[in-house]
Amino acid sequence: MDLTSLTIDAARSAVQKRETTALALAEAHYARIQKEDGQIGAFLTLSKERALEQADRMDRMAAEGKTLPPLGGVPVGIKDVMSTRGLRTTAGSKILEKYIPPYDCTAVARMEAAGAVVLGKMNCDEFAMGSSNENSAYHPVRNPRDLNRVPGGSSGGSAAAVAADMAVVTLGSDTGGSIRQPASFCGVVGMVPTYGRVSRYGLIAFASSLDHIGPLAKTVKDAAIVLRTIAGRDPMDSTSADVAVPDYVAELDKPIRGMKLGVAKEYFGEGLDDEVRQAVETAIEKLKELGCEIVPVSLPHTRYAIPTYYLIATAEASANLARFDGVRYSHRARGVKTLSEMYRRSRDEGFGAEVKRRIMLGTYALSAGYYDAYYLKAQKVRTLLTRDFDEAFRKVDAIVTPTSPTAAFRLGEKSNDPLAMYLADIYTVTADLAGIPGISVPCGETKKTLPIGLQILGKHFDESTILRVAHAYEQATA
Amino acid sequence: MKVTEQDVAYVADLANLELTDEERAGMLRDLNSILDYVDLLNELDTSDVPPMAQVSDRYGVDDAKQGSERFAYASREDVLEGLRKSLPHGVALENAPDADGDFFRVPKVIER
Repeated sequence: MDLTSLTIDAARSAVQKRETTALALAEAHYARIQKEDGQIGAFLTLSKERALEQADRMDRMAAEGKTLPPLGGVPVGIKDVMSTRGLRTTAGSKILEKYIPPYDCTAVARMEAAGAVVLGKMNCDEFAMGSSNENSAYHPVRNPRDLNRVPGGSSGGSAAAVAADMAVVTLGSDTGGSIRQPASFCGVVGMVPTYGRVSRYGLIAFASSLDHIGPLAKTVKDAAIVLRTIAGRDPMDSTSADVAVPDYVAELDKPIRGMKLGVAKEYFGEGLDDEVRQAVETAIEKLKELGCEIVPVSLPHTRYAIPTYYLIATAEASANLARFDGVRYSHRARGVKTLSEMYRRSRDEGFGAEVKRRIMLGTYALSAGYYDAYYLKAQKVRTLLTRDFDEAFRKVDAIVTPTSPTAAFRLGEKSNDPLAMYLADIYTVTADLAGIPGISVPCGETKKTLPIGLQILGKHFDESTILRVAHAYEQATA
Repeated sequence: MKVTEQDVAYVADLANLELTDEERAGMLRDLNSILDYVDLLNELDTSDVPPMAQVSDRYGVDDAKQGSERFAYASREDVLEGLRKSLPHGVALENAPDADGDFFRVPKVIER
């Protein structure tokens, strides 16, 4: 049995039946990390002690014949924007280089309560700001499918680890596409749930009205298992929804025949790479074969999504990152004489270029005299974008689009042009702005064998539908 | 909208960032190029459109109520026997760059 190419059920079942041990699983993954991660850079911190303690706990349960919880013994990775008690959490930034959180992120706590073995913290763009994982203050992540290319971002480490079998599943975060886009670039499944579906308690905040936690996995079923584990109301996050969590896994095989899938012309226009277009159109044909009805829809405000996102996200980020001031837990500059100097120099030393750029843009957009023209305006356009989806979902059950206009680009290709980098998010930011769920599944490759992702967007709290469509597609093309 | 060097200095001040001269120049360029792009939003007439601060309002706001009662969904019960457990004092100081056992210690606040 190849211990590093298992899905959740296979791994858990093997530990339960004592065909292997959770310890062996963890060690096999660490061996693989040792061998591969030097080139890839997916991990920032390894948590061997914590992992082996949990593995041991699971092995003892199995030895006593007790039923393991749903993720019992399964090796996982956690994006380094989620706090893990006693385990260094950096948010990919130097400003938190030595930060040891005194509490666990709810999503992490739920994973561990379900038996997951946390192998370590995943590399990411600094404070989740980026689309290529080149903004990590530590080192970039390379795409396991082509080491000269980016894995996507900001959850680049999370996606790369799953793609390279260094973890069975990982948790990532998505504010403008940061789970789906790297999933698409690395050839794995990545899902962003409805806003409020998963608690944000313990997620180091970037943009509070746009941040989401979600799974990256090898299969749609694994994503569904993780979602079922982490979703649900949390009194520690007042934006977490009091909406019942269905058994996403039990619903997966429900037939999709007769479902109406929307295709929006705005997602197939200029800027979409030909090979990506072809792969996605072929995937849509396959969905038609599976009995879905393809319905043309329009999301007319799509072209305003990027400017809307970059005003709202940066404004919220400027507020959220104000807490990193050198006082309580972050890097503090040396030789400072006044409080004011301490704030400025600590932040200037601790933050990278992209983070500073976004703080500046956000602060500007919120400043007196500009608030109405920028932030408030963007909030109004956000309403229009959300209405587009409300309208479309009156006619269809889900919407299918490419996840990204291109496949993975080369390291350094876009890092000198912030705007070009921002435009890469064109198909993913809309879901975050409207708060709807979305999933990216692999749907082919370019001639250079780079993965291409198909994105399925759904109605608020209708993760079931998009999981079913994704699962049916995955099974039909296995 | 054109951003000037003064604007960059003013905003850096508000954001508590001490930018180097090189960073300032880069910021001027980047902010202008991004703000030029976001001008696209002015193509839209949003005079009758309500702003959307967040999605969760759709799922919990009780329009039948007034004022803060509308947002009751977001609040929780006060825990009466003592307060809900918070971080122990010592734990809260653990990550401090400088502390004296009771307080976080920082350089002088009031400049003379």
